[in-house]
Amino acid sequence: MTAALALGDDALVLSHRLGEWAGHAPVLEEEVALANIALDLLGQARVLLSLVGDEDELAYLRDERAFRNLQLVEQENGDFAHTIARQLFFSTYQHLLYERLAGGDGPLAPLAAKAVKEIAYHRDHAEQWTLRLGDGTAESHERMQRGLDTLWRFTGEMFQPVEGVDAEDVDWAGLEDSWSRSVTGLLSRATLSVPTGPQTGAWSAGAGRQGLHTEPFGRMLAEMQHLHRSHPGATW
Amino acid sequence: MATVAYGTDGASQPPAASDPSGMSSAGSEQTNQAAFDAAVAADERIEPRDWMPDEYRASLVRQMAQHAHSEIIGMQPEANWITRAPSLRRKAILMAKVQDEAGHGLYLYSAAETLGTGREELLDKLHSGRQKYSSIFNYPTLTWADVGAVGWLVDGAAITNQVPLCRCSYGPYARAMVRVCKEESFHQRQGFELLLTLSRGTPEQHAMAQDAVDRWWWPSLMMFGPPDDQSAHSAQSMAWKIKRHSNDELRQRFVDICVPQAKTLGLTLPDPDLRWNEERGQHDFGSIDWTEFKEILKGNGPCNEQRITQRRRAHEEGAWVREAATAYAAKTAAGAAKSATAAEQGKARA
Repeated sequence: MTAALALGDDALVLSHRLGEWAGHAPVLEEEVALANIALDLLGQARVLLSLVGDEDELAYLRDERAFRNLQLVEQENGDFAHTIARQLFFSTYQHLLYERLAGGDGPLAPLAAKAVKEIAYHRDHAEQWTLRLGDGTAESHERMQRGLDTLWRFTGEMFQPVEGVDAEDVDWAGLEDSWSRSVTGLLSRATLSVPTGPQTGAWSAGAGRQGLHTEPFGRMLAEMQHLHRSHPGATW
Repeated sequence: MATVAYGTDGASQPPAASDPSGMSSAGSEQTNQAAFDAAVAADERIEPRDWMPDEYRASLVRQMAQHAHSEIIGMQPEANWITRAPSLRRKAILMAKVQDEAGHGLYLYSAAETLGTGREELLDKLHSGRQKYSSIFNYPTLTWADVGAVGWLVDGAAITNQVPLCRCSYGPYARAMVRVCKEESFHQRQGFELLLTLSRGTPEQHAMAQDAVDRWWWPSLMMFGPPDDQSAHSAQSMAWKIKRHSNDELRQRFVDICVPQAKTLGLTLPDPDLRWNEERGQHDFGSIDWTEFKEILKGNGPCNEQRITQRRRAHEEGAWVREAATAYAAKTAAGAAKSATAAEQGKARA
């Protein structure tokens, strides 16, 4: 089931990146919030990967070329604005996608129905911070804009159809349209500009879903998998 | 509910000069002190608006701030392993634990704020080294088994210390402790279970567990503070019923709890002098290296510099985020006020 693997990898990898914030967040409330989102995503990843096989084997014993996550979610945290830009792009996408999956009758519908409640909260968190940072101070505005601009090139990949998702459940062009309207509307309220760079740069479109990743991802996996791989066959 | 109160509403405005009893302010101070003493003696709770001696207030602020800081600094040694946790289940447990610690820090800062201090001020004192955090978090987590040892021993010691604080004389602190202890007990069991899994795993895993316990045992015993005859604040804290038991009593209780648990784990405790004393009905144990403890308190432990630097950096690097949130809140409040005024004017015109 390729769709469960792709969506499970998205959740797993983004959860890992958010876990890197622990102990580094700008306020205590964000320590709690970011860890909370990371935990929700990890929970989703575990359910999705378990539909495919053994969750730990899949997480810890696959190499970078076998991961099917979007390149967006593997991007390094950067500053808080960069992390929020990544959260905004992804959680809006994930929310719209899971709403559709939940409403369909595919095998992922029950999981999506449960996850969509969590994701609505993630999306709200990202939107609120986008407003605060965009319409906060000159510095936060500038940082938020930079985060959006830097990550924009990774957003096109989100609208490539995921293998195994029924076209009757998800109309990908419609999903892209809803996503664009939502993000554009929010950025305008946040006094931010919609990035103008390449969104669906043809050379990279669908790359993560095909196991073609960006350079930081290999290092992320090296750290994540090191201990597990050092003790083959051990239970934890 | 407050009992050191003058009115039925629990507020504790000291009697004013027009007090019908005609007491002088020195007299009302004495009445306040007497009421406070009576409440403490009767095991009643002191609440934020009650009168309390300045030293009691200062002592609580010091202890609660140090406790809150320990939760926040204590996130670091464990967060150190989030990205390397060896299974997704363990990773989820660890993330949840570190998140709980941030939450405990929040409760404790809120409880401290009821005494007229602010979170910003307390964090500033932490960052500038004017307030301390628990000595234990200045040790490094070097292997995955350390996550288990921290859960079992460090959280275990913390619970032994904190359960009596659920009956502390200051209400907000006592109530925070009830919530904190529930979650800490859960973490402690998870740490124990992690070590048990390692101990029963491969020889390498077993060795990893033993090594972690060897490194964390003595530092955990130091968490109870200096011996009773060298503890600066103990006597007064006990008289005020902030503390209920002496450092040495709690340390002994902890040792007695851990010995059978270590046996269940199939691990040894690194103390050749540890043995059951039939006469006392307690374990005898070896002497603690108080020089090491003092060095750590002075800032010379393995991780003191690293811990405080990371905390300061997170705070400094987050300054622009907090400023943005404040600026945005001010703008939206101004916007709301403006539209409310406009609505009023619209109504008036209509």
